Amino acid sequence: MKDINQIPILEIENLSISFHMYNKGMKKHKLEMIHKLSLTISSGEIVVVVGSSGSGKSLLAHSILGILPQNAEIEGTIKFCGKEMGTLEKENLRGKEISFIPQSVEYLDPLMKIGKQVIGVTKKSEKRKQQEKRKQLFRRYQLEESVAKLYPYQLSGGMARRVLISGAMMRPAKLIIADEPTPGLQKELAMETLKNFRELADSGCAVLLITHDIDLALQVADQIAIFYAGTILEITSVEDFMGEGKSLRHPYSKAFLAALPQKEFQSIEGSQPYAGNLPKGCLFAKRCPNRTEACEGEIEMRSLRGGKVRCIYAE
Amino acid sequence: MKRFFLTVLRMITLLIAISIISFIMITKAPIDPLIAYIGTNSTISEEAKEEIETYWGLKDPPVKRFLIWARNIFQGDMGNSIVYKQPVLTVIKERFQYSLVLMLIAWICSGILGFILGIVAALWKDHLWDKIIKFICLIFQSSPTFWVGLLMLSIFAVNLGWFPIGLAAPMGKLASEVTLLERIHHLVLPSITLSMLGIGKITLYTRQKLLEILDSEFVLYARARGENTWQIVKRHAIKNIAIPAITVQFASFSELFGGMALAESVFSYPGIGSAVTAAGLGGDLPLLLGIAIFSAIFVFTGNLMADILYGFVDTKIVYSSDGR
Repeated sequence: MKDINQIPILEIENLSISFHMYNKGMKKHKLEMIHKLSLTISSGEIVVVVGSSGSGKSLLAHSILGILPQNAEIEGTIKFCGKEMGTLEKENLRGKEISFIPQSVEYLDPLMKIGKQVIGVTKKSEKRKQQEKRKQLFRRYQLEESVAKLYPYQLSGGMARRVLISGAMMRPAKLIIADEPTPGLQKELAMETLKNFRELADSGCAVLLITHDIDLALQVADQIAIFYAGTILEITSVEDFMGEGKSLRHPYSKAFLAALPQKEFQSIEGSQPYAGNLPKGCLFAKRCPNRTEACEGEIEMRSLRGGKVRCIYAE
Repeated sequence: MKRFFLTVLRMITLLIAISIISFIMITKAPIDPLIAYIGTNSTISEEAKEEIETYWGLKDPPVKRFLIWARNIFQGDMGNSIVYKQPVLTVIKERFQYSLVLMLIAWICSGILGFILGIVAALWKDHLWDKIIKFICLIFQSSPTFWVGLLMLSIFAVNLGWFPIGLAAPMGKLASEVTLLERIHHLVLPSITLSMLGIGKITLYTRQKLLEILDSEFVLYARARGENTWQIVKRHAIKNIAIPAITVQFASFSELFGGMALAESVFSYPGIGSAVTAAGLGGDLPLLLGIAIFSAIFVFTGNLMADILYGFVDTKIVYSSDGR
């Protein structure tokens, strides 16, 4: 499925995101939320981002779209189809080449009818064509035509999900970013949603999927990126993530897998460090059984057994 | 339906309470209606004075006077105004036309202008425009209407001479000869003064509301779908702020009414507001009570409209959180 000679659709290198904040005494300071994150997604690939809540997964999605708040500062590069994206490029690409699927109906305008929202902004001359397209999509995602006339509060969870996906499909995008598209859905519906992503990937899209439904995500994903305290500690193929996790590279990944309810449900001591109070060097060091003094140095992402890991002892 | 009856009941009790309180206040006021009517240096004989007092019923005990007034009200008779020597209803009708024009202009102007200024301030938050608009709003909000009116008069009417000093039409002209342009010319200063009273509130409210909306998830999504700021304001923001903003504007009816009384006095504008002042100074009980009731109904209606609109907005909010 993957073509090695192709330029990847999304290439993130050393991305750091920090926020300018004012603390007591009106002193300005910088709070770094995402640290030197690197991630690559190629055409036909689904990369699933997993990790505990509050680790900054949504920030990653928002930074690719250029919809971070005003006080955010970005370092590092984000390339789309080999070209670096600045603010202007992101503005031009989002909604066209890059589609975003948000979490819930809260992301829809409460006072606008669904049909109009799915279509989005169009030129007058293209209105009819877009209307046709919308009807097609509604048929494809088993939404009744009458849904177009409803308001967001009248939708059920499953309908809302399919509405949001139709919205993303209105314009053919190369990259689809989905931020927790399945929470609160029945298992069948969630699975169906994820299968839609698989279809999209198979038709040549790149998909970045942020989710907590790990079991389901594993069935459609190509790669898993494990997020912790604002960075990616490991990128691995799905196969390595399956089973007992013996082939995983990073100790946090192993702990993460073991902590899942469907696995051993074993948690480890301590908690995720909060931005602004981060340890030097490896972010996981405090909770890691294998830590040494060397863990306090700068730790780079390195390739290992077809995946990538940010740990000096991984083998 | 039950709510409707409750509202009507509330209005009736309100009117009764207002009549009683106004009545007590006027009878206790140190103004003798007779002296106010004939003047302090009058040469009218004591007998004639006695006669007038009996005719007006000033010698009856207050409770009896109030009950007579109340009985007449139920028969649709609001009595005669002492000051204007006309039936109270006629005075109110005639004067209210002037006031209504003034209030409507001020209400609409401050509403539209405030809405636009609020949007501008929110979109350029913390920039120069925002700072200027906020500054102006706070000044307007905190300056008393009568003072603004006097300032307007001294600058634009006295010093520059652009506008007439007062009244609703040129002096000494027959009502039938007054042109529309002349009426508008006389309306400009009072309406600007009255608009300034309401503009601060609606501007700051709109600004705050738009900032909330720009921060909301659905605007984030709209931006993620490639909509620019102007499209977001046009497609999403205006609709979402308009209803709450109109509600606030309706709720400000009472302030508008109060401001109007002051503005009309300053500009000698022959509306309800200046009639109140005249009636108060002349101890004109029937007219004062009539206006009190009338303005209570007016303000009540404004608040009722705000209530109804609020209810509409509220159901939307309730539904949307249910529909998750």
